Amino acid sequence: MSDSTVGIGLLLPEVLGTYGDSGNAQVLCKRLQWRGYDAEVVPVSLDSSVPSTLDLYLLGGGEDMAQVLAADFLRNSPGLRSAANAGRPVFGVCAGLQILGNRFRGVDGVEHAGLGLLDLVTEPAQQRAVAELIAEPNLLETPLTGFENHQGASVLGPGSTPLGRVVRGTGNGDGTEGAVTDHVIGTYLHGPALARNPELADLLLSWVMGHALKPLELAEVDTLRSERLAARRAR
Amino acid sequence: MSTRLRTRASVAAGRLTAWFSRTARLGRGGVIGGRVTLRLDPKALRRLGQDRTVVIVTGTNGKTTTSLMLTRALEALAEVAHNGDGANMPDGLVAALAARPDAPYAVLEVDETYVPWVAEQVQPAALVLLNLSRDQLDRVGEVRMMERDLRAAFAGLSRTVVVANCDDVLVTSAAAAAARPVWVGTGRRWSGDSVSCPRCGGAITHTDREWRCAVCAFARPEPTWTLDGDLVHTPGGRQVDLDLRLPGEANRANAALALAAAHCVGVPPHTAAARLRTITDIGGRYRTIRRTRHSVRLMLAKNPAGWAETLRVLDEDTPVVVAVNAHEADGRDLSWLWDVHFERLRGRQVVVAGERCADLAVRLCYAEVPHWSEPDPVAAIDTLPPGGVELVANYTAFRDLVDRLPDV
Ligand SMILES: [Zn+2]
Repeated sequence: MSDSTVGIGLLLPEVLGTYGDSGNAQVLCKRLQWRGYDAEVVPVSLDSSVPSTLDLYLLGGGEDMAQVLAADFLRNSPGLRSAANAGRPVFGVCAGLQILGNRFRGVDGVEHAGLGLLDLVTEPAQQRAVAELIAEPNLLETPLTGFENHQGASVLGPGSTPLGRVVRGTGNGDGTEGAVTDHVIGTYLHGPALARNPELADLLLSWVMGHALKPLELAEVDTLRSERLAARRAR
Repeated sequence: MSTRLRTRASVAAGRLTAWFSRTARLGRGGVIGGRVTLRLDPKALRRLGQDRTVVIVTGTNGKTTTSLMLTRALEALAEVAHNGDGANMPDGLVAALAARPDAPYAVLEVDETYVPWVAEQVQPAALVLLNLSRDQLDRVGEVRMMERDLRAAFAGLSRTVVVANCDDVLVTSAAAAAARPVWVGTGRRWSGDSVSCPRCGGAITHTDREWRCAVCAFARPEPTWTLDGDLVHTPGGRQVDLDLRLPGEANRANAALALAAAHCVGVPPHTAAARLRTITDIGGRYRTIRRTRHSVRLMLAKNPAGWAETLRVLDEDTPVVVAVNAHEADGRDLSWLWDVHFERLRGRQVVVAGERCADLAVRLCYAEVPHWSEPDPVAAIDTLPPGGVELVANYTAFRDLVDRLPDV
């Protein structure tokens, strides 16, 4: 990989890949390549350690056992934390969001330490949330759309702000959705989130590149967004 | 009434209902007939199954195909009762057995969730476990629960030979509990489910044909039957050339498992293989229908593993219509589209169709596969130039299509 190639870290796809999560890496990679930049997806598996030199890090969704395993692994491999401390963007979805928080408790009642990159704590919720999720964003202009499937209720501390406010669905469980601290973002949106929300993808990429990126016109994405966002009125 | 007589009477009542249901066009008569029989006699399945050699086929994908293969193979021995209509819950099983009361053999395709109960009732001579993967994305976790239930059930079936695909980690975990597992190596094809170790949650590492858990050393057992291209290697050191009429690796894997199960019941592999070659379509799937300007080959892909298999069998130069819905029966969450290697469609004409063609269009856009959209799958066929068309649809999209294309 040359110095000018953007390295997109896809963390532990063998255990955190439940919701088509490699799609987020693919979306980021293509959105850079189509604008003329070199980019490459770098999968990081459990039998290696996390390099601190990648430009961006992605964590996906996973089942209960897999989530605990991934959290243990990432806590004991300093690469991700030092990259985050250096300002490299980190994007976690579902189990990924919970791992990035301070701690989480599974449905089995056992509490596990997270990475502390987001100021949030997750407890099991009464009900599983399985539905389309729509949120009004805080950092962005356009609404967020995705699918959620989790049984976690996440409460944010003062060190994180919500990514958005829930319009339809459950999100964090208290009307907020997701969490942001500096360049670390967690969300319950999958679908995958960055395929459905190109503005969010480009926000992450602008942090990597250090400047805003030229808009990219993709009629397919506009069509899908208007279809999914129409569900807000259908309710 | 003696118990024997009671079963006979309830079967008769069930048959009558089936006839009414068929004549009244209320749908598949067999299932309703079976339901009546079971209600009148809850032990009907046990009684109908005893005194014959029963083989059960289960798994996420390939049940209908494999059970048809086994039926053809066992017909070399004698008459076989078989639920070939795909009605794979207890009602359907009772109906199938009642329809052939004198058949000494039965091949039953059984829905995974009913296997523990059905197996306990009929005490099968053999049980084929094909594969276990997620049917729907919004049901994560269920497949692991299923594996645990099957594992517990197999531990209690001391007389059943469990024929299992040892390249599927969850299948192996379940079948390892059986008293007499027969391992069939079919090759590894699907890895999109991010399956961690069913015993300890550790990561499964794959090397060449082997796999093992990095934490607890749970590992792939050595198979006695192996699929290698079109050849099946038998425990006796012989090779059988499959040469199927059905396309694709998945069907060759189904055939290898069917040969192993047929062998357990007494059909020599070469005899069984010759009989599998008579199968050309499975309930409309793989069948080519002729329309005025197009001949369309219909293919069903019900879940991500099924899509991966189906994309592999598409003819290289033929235009493709891909149709996706997201009803309850399909799964509402379409994230799995990103686990399927749609990049394979590059270089052909592709039309996206179905109620969720917009999701498919975005996936193909990032896969850099040029395409156009026509939500109605039949109209989508008509947007293509005259000639052959490959049509792949998921569950409800396929069902609607079969209803609308009169030729099927
Ligand atoms: Zn293990």
